Amino acid sequence: MYKSLLISSGFHVFIVLLSLLTLPFIAKKPLDIPPLVSVELIQISDTTNIPFAPKAKKIIEKVKEENQKLLSEQAPPKKIKKDQNKKVKIEEKKDSISEITPKKTPTPENNKENVKKEKLEAIPLPDQNKEEIQIREETKQKPSKEINDDVLKKIVETKKPVIEDQDAKQVSEFEKEEIFDPNSIAALIDKSKEDLAKTNKKTDKISQSQDNSMDFSKLTLSEEDALKAQIFGCWSIPLGLPYNENLLVRIKLKLKPDGTLIKSEILDHARMNMPGQGFYKVLAESALRAIQLCQPLKVPTSGYERWKNLQLNFDAREMLGG
Amino acid sequence: MNKLKILIILLLLFYSNKSFALIEVDITRGNLKPLPIAVSPLFQDSKSKKNFKKELNIEDLGSEISKVIENNLKTSGLFNPLSKDAFLQKPDIAHLKPRFEDWALIKSQALITGKVLIEKEKLKVEFRLWDVLAGREMLALAFTTVPSNWRRVGHIITDKVYERLTGEKGYFDTRIIYVSEEGPKTQRIKKLAIMDQDGFNTKYLTLGNELVLTPRFNPTNQMVTYLSYFKNLPRVYLLDIETGIQEVVGDFPGMTFAPRFSPDGKKIIMSFAKDGNSDIFTMDIENRIVERITNHPSIDTSPSFSPDGKYITFNSDRSGYQQIYIMKSDGSNVKRISFGKGLYGTPAWSPRGDLIAFTKLHKGKFYIGVMRTDGKGERLLTENYYQEAPSWSPNGRVLIFYRETKSNDKGEGFSAKLWSIDLTGYNERLVETETDASDPSWSSLLSN
Repeated sequence: MYKSLLISSGFHVFIVLLSLLTLPFIAKKPLDIPPLVSVELIQISDTTNIPFAPKAKKIIEKVKEENQKLLSEQAPPKKIKKDQNKKVKIEEKKDSISEITPKKTPTPENNKENVKKEKLEAIPLPDQNKEEIQIREETKQKPSKEINDDVLKKIVETKKPVIEDQDAKQVSEFEKEEIFDPNSIAALIDKSKEDLAKTNKKTDKISQSQDNSMDFSKLTLSEEDALKAQIFGCWSIPLGLPYNENLLVRIKLKLKPDGTLIKSEILDHARMNMPGQGFYKVLAESALRAIQLCQPLKVPTSGYERWKNLQLNFDAREMLGG
Repeated sequence: MNKLKILIILLLLFYSNKSFALIEVDITRGNLKPLPIAVSPLFQDSKSKKNFKKELNIEDLGSEISKVIENNLKTSGLFNPLSKDAFLQKPDIAHLKPRFEDWALIKSQALITGKVLIEKEKLKVEFRLWDVLAGREMLALAFTTVPSNWRRVGHIITDKVYERLTGEKGYFDTRIIYVSEEGPKTQRIKKLAIMDQDGFNTKYLTLGNELVLTPRFNPTNQMVTYLSYFKNLPRVYLLDIETGIQEVVGDFPGMTFAPRFSPDGKKIIMSFAKDGNSDIFTMDIENRIVERITNHPSIDTSPSFSPDGKYITFNSDRSGYQQIYIMKSDGSNVKRISFGKGLYGTPAWSPRGDLIAFTKLHKGKFYIGVMRTDGKGERLLTENYYQEAPSWSPNGRVLIFYRETKSNDKGEGFSAKLWSIDLTGYNERLVETETDASDPSWSSLLSN
């Protein structure tokens, strides 16, 4: 009786300790997760930056399509240019008369106008690049007339896996995970035995992300120093900030394996619009500029899983208050 | 079996908890290098160009305004305006939609573009501030004014840009009042003069018949108080710059000097000396009621209000040497705050409220410095043969003061010039004036 009671209480103590040490919501204070607002929203007057407006892409695509149609109809290109020029001039005049504020509400017309202007300035549009890529792909896939169907099939059969391999080389491990489609498991199983063997080998190995002996919450001192030193050089601290205030800006980054930025997100975003916290916006923008300027960040060469999500805490108080 | 399941779940939780840990890196240092900024010439069409030529005799007003902005930003020490020779994009196109890659290529982090035109005989200037690295517009504003006021538009634009990028208000749309000095040291002709903070548009407010000293701006309007002589006695005067009307403040039986306005502009605080004793008084400008603030058998002078009007700083020799003190605005709780070696004088409370600027004399050298309002954190910003009378810019970042050079026995080689220095102590600049100059006082922002 006494023995079983001891075992029971011992087991209970073990469970409680285990849960205290492991359960995240008990072991640590709940993570301070501020509302997830994208960085783009933080920047002001993005309404006048047409290419960044969500509608802009669609409009640009439409204009592209229209232009393509015009070209396919073999319309004289000079005429189109003239028309565009005229439109721009008229719109410019309109601009000069109107205040700047109307630009804040972009109508599709305005967007079109800007798109046309950009074309005149020969600004490379993202869609143009896309077009180029598409054309290249088409030319790659286009079979020559001399090759008959059987040969073509063979080529396709032999070439396809090669192409896939090339893609696989270009895509990082991280991106592979992103690309992985659970619906295509069957297709994956159909892969050759070699592939299976390779993947088995891979899973047998203990990756850095799985290595329990690693400290997941830190970079090594040298890794951290390299990153810090890089960002110190890029961060121009706005000198007018009130140094008695809380001057901490926390930015969460999602990085590519080469250290370039996929996404940045300002935590404590709510402070942006708080009365009397106007300086915070200036500070946050300076920190974002520093990250942009430093790209690609000097991240460790290995252990991508460990640092693909990184939080940078910019604190200007030491510099300004000291 | 169930216990085993729970154990497995807990272990899984433990595992997942580790794999989601977010690495944090603290960035506590940055650089204080000036921010590279490109100020594109403001675009003007051919029609406006003709109008500008006709009305202002200026060929390219857009470029001139951009030069004003550029000069302002450069003198602040916080920005590095890039050479226009490196610009790849034309002003008109850049103003519509900059090619950010081109501006990033020349290492610019911010870009100012704009357009000027004449509309119904009025000058219209619009400008945009762009974040080059983020590829975004940060600010867009337009101003309308009379064409002759174009320099002020340049200053206002600089203020807006400065505020947007540094987080504090600018100080460019301001004026400086000072004492203009001409002639040999023994026979100086001193006149009151006023100019824009960049040294342009100088105007003389007095003829030089009487000696004038220590002019100070009213922080709320265009009134000035200064010291001049009336019936051979130094007296405090009030001058309305806009109307030109001036008057003596009160008729005291002794001499009054070192005047300064209260933060609300309704009172003048000054020293009144009689029989070798000098005390501090305030006078209400409207009803002329005089109130004694200090009553001590020592020389109390150079009073300056804190921006909230609750405290006053002044210098006094009540401890045996001239030191800086603070007290409540009613004269109570007098407390010495300067304890360093040497003599301290001309304290000026920062508009931000956090610092007190002063002149210090130690071992025959003059220093301009700042200390916190409790006297701690003394920092000497500049040292010279003779310099004094610091006056704060309205944002509390820059100090203007005057510096004199040594003269020979005949009084030759003497000069007095205005200088400015920012709180870092590195950005020290000569402020160009038409004549020799002393006793500068910075106005508040003309446009709020």
